[in-house]
Amino acid sequence: MKVIVPVKRVPDTAGEKNIDPNDKTVDRDGIESVLCPINEFSIEEAVRLKESQGAEVKVLLMGPESAQPIVRKALSYGLDSAVQITDDAVAGSDAIGTAKAIAAALKNEEFDLVIFGNQATDARTCVVPAAVAEILGLPSLTYARHLEVDGDKVVVHREHEEGYDVVESTLPAIVSVVEAINEPRYPSFKGIMAAKSKPLDVKSAADIGLDTSEVGMANANAVITEFEHRPPKEAGTIVEDDGSGATAAQLADWMQSKKFV
Amino acid sequence: MGELLVLIDHAEGQPRKLSLQMLTAANQVASQTGDTVSAVWLGEGASGAADVLGRHGATKLYAWDSPDALGYVTLPQVEALQQVMETSGAEILFFASTNLIKDVAARLAIRVDGGVITDATGVEVADGRIVATKEIFGGELITKCTFADGRKQIVGISNNAFAAEETGGGAAEVVNLDVSLSEAATAAKVTNVEKQVTSDRPDIAEAAVVVAGGRGLGDEQGFELMEQLADVLGAGVGASRAATDAGWYPHRYQIGQTGRTVSPMLYIGSGISGAIQHRAGMQTSQNIIAINKDGEAPIFSIADFGIVGDLYTVVPKLIEELQARKG
Ligand SMILES: Cc1cc2nc3c(=O)[nH]c(=O)nc-3n(C[C@H](O)[C@H](O)[C@H](O)COP(=O)(O)OP(=O)(O)OC[C@H]3O[C@@H](n4cnc5c(N)ncnc54)[C@H](O)[C@@H]3O)c2cc1C
Ligand SMILES: Cc1cc2nc3c(=O)[nH]c(=O)nc-3n(C[C@H](O)[C@H](O)[C@H](O)COP(=O)(O)OP(=O)(O)OC[C@H]3O[C@@H](n4cnc5c(N)ncnc54)[C@H](O)[C@@H]3O)c2cc1C
Repeated sequence: MKVIVPVKRVPDTAGEKNIDPNDKTVDRDGIESVLCPINEFSIEEAVRLKESQGAEVKVLLMGPESAQPIVRKALSYGLDSAVQITDDAVAGSDAIGTAKAIAAALKNEEFDLVIFGNQATDARTCVVPAAVAEILGLPSLTYARHLEVDGDKVVVHREHEEGYDVVESTLPAIVSVVEAINEPRYPSFKGIMAAKSKPLDVKSAADIGLDTSEVGMANANAVITEFEHRPPKEAGTIVEDDGSGATAAQLADWMQSKKFV
Repeated sequence: MGELLVLIDHAEGQPRKLSLQMLTAANQVASQTGDTVSAVWLGEGASGAADVLGRHGATKLYAWDSPDALGYVTLPQVEALQQVMETSGAEILFFASTNLIKDVAARLAIRVDGGVITDATGVEVADGRIVATKEIFGGELITKCTFADGRKQIVGISNNAFAAEETGGGAAEVVNLDVSLSEAATAAKVTNVEKQVTSDRPDIAEAAVVVAGGRGLGDEQGFELMEQLADVLGAGVGASRAATDAGWYPHRYQIGQTGRTVSPMLYIGSGISGAIQHRAGMQTSQNIIAINKDGEAPIFSIADFGIVGDLYTVVPKLIEELQARKG
């Protein structure tokens, strides 16, 4: 069985985040970038399929040359090889453009299962996995909190606000996973060393047959036009409890003054 | 003059609160574009909702009252919506920015050549196009997003960004849909639905008040205390990742960067330090209360009211106080 894990490079949540005032894209220069944390769960799920079913697992990343360390990081968990789509023509793509580029890359690959994270921690739109599935004419079983592959069938528990739906379909299929699905392991030293020499195929839009009039900033269906930083918050009331719980009455007063009681 | 569509999210025959809020948002937009507002109900129980949807400003109700709508994964809803968009000529569709419906929006966008903007907290119209407000990076930045010319505009609305208002309209005119599904649409089926909501407590994304607990609770029983506090306030209960990781509360109640975003009128965090990844999911709450025994905890920097103290002393007293005041 063949599995592909698309991954994304995102700004570290703990660090500085900004939008470039000129092109309104995420300012990725001079900030800490990381492998999207949710990809640790999609990678773990793929590694488990490698262990249990002998799956062959490939990483797919769309990103500029400078995103290469993220690909190596993904490989260090024990995945087999990688494809990176690098082309200035895809820079600034919106969610739909991103889906088009990833789908084009997938058309060049053989796979039974594609495992996305349910969202990337930067834009958090969640729409890319299903849009990719639509372009490829495949089922989208997203938000998996449990995933089982049995022969040519996949069963997924899709997490939602009220519980989960058990769904099934035949392979090939596109899935995305939520954090609840597993506990990611850390890459081993051996894994980190091996990742340096694993095959990485860097491809341009032309290499994957991607029509560049469908992607990139100029062809985005949705664009950011303006942004501002949230004004800083005024300091609140902080009281220290003396161990008697007497502050609870003060809090209740405050809540009453705000009409929450 | 055209139609602006609102995809109604519903459960047990009732539209969710967000659906009525979306109708209000749609009416605000429609008054500028000159459109009328039409609701779309996919799944059973449509006609029973014509009245409430009409009262909130839906003139028409496109109804596909069939178990097939939700009996398969995503595509039946996409195909029904595609049909409504094509026959009505609608350019704009509002949807609830929730897990499973985002998939419907994504697949629909590909079919109708649309853009998708998710999690909008405000909508305006400029040059005939929707301009959506989006709070990004956990609310650190506030952006305006819009669509390219000639593209269908598919807009996901966030919970509680609009107050649902009645417009004084009568029942919506029901237009029954006849959808014949493609073979692909029935390829992935729903074999079981597990409801895990254990009470009638509101969901954290919808609730006006959210009570959240963290590692400071110390154990699973701590969440019983959180639930008691929530029940006095009619609140939903959420958790930090430390608490969901420990198995004290289900994952889908996790608030934060990799959990859910909540934006209630009031958030009360107990035993939560306020790590940046947690704040990313709650710092747009209108009022924030923090109870933590560590005065240096970062959550105090965004708290409107903070108590430095032991939650096991403060919270039971708070419950008593609130009960007394409720009379
Ligand atoms: C917080 C946030 C919310 C957003 N919400 C939405 C939304 O609701 N709907 C929507 O459609 N869009 C959304 N977007 C995308 C948005 O509309 C713009 O298109 C966006 O500003 C461009 O995305 P970016 O900043 O990630 O751009 P970029 O940094 O250019 O990244 C876009 C993608 O292109 C890749 N890329 C960049 N350069 C290259 C290169 N040389 N080779 C290969 N790949 C490359 C990146 O890795 C990334 O995957 C959102 C973006 C952000 C930051
Ligand atoms: C990639 C990534 C994604 C993440 N995503 C999320 C996310 O979505 N949501 C999330 O919440 N976290 C997330 N985290 C984890 C986050 O970094 C923190 O570890 C987590 O939020 C801590 O949870 P906590 O505040 O409950 O626990 P702690 O940080 O351990 O804080 C416990 C607090 O309880 C206080 N306390 C202890 N006992 C008492 C008592 N008796 N009375 C009062 N106070 C007491 C302590 O003073 C302390 O401040 C993420 C981390 C990473 C790396």
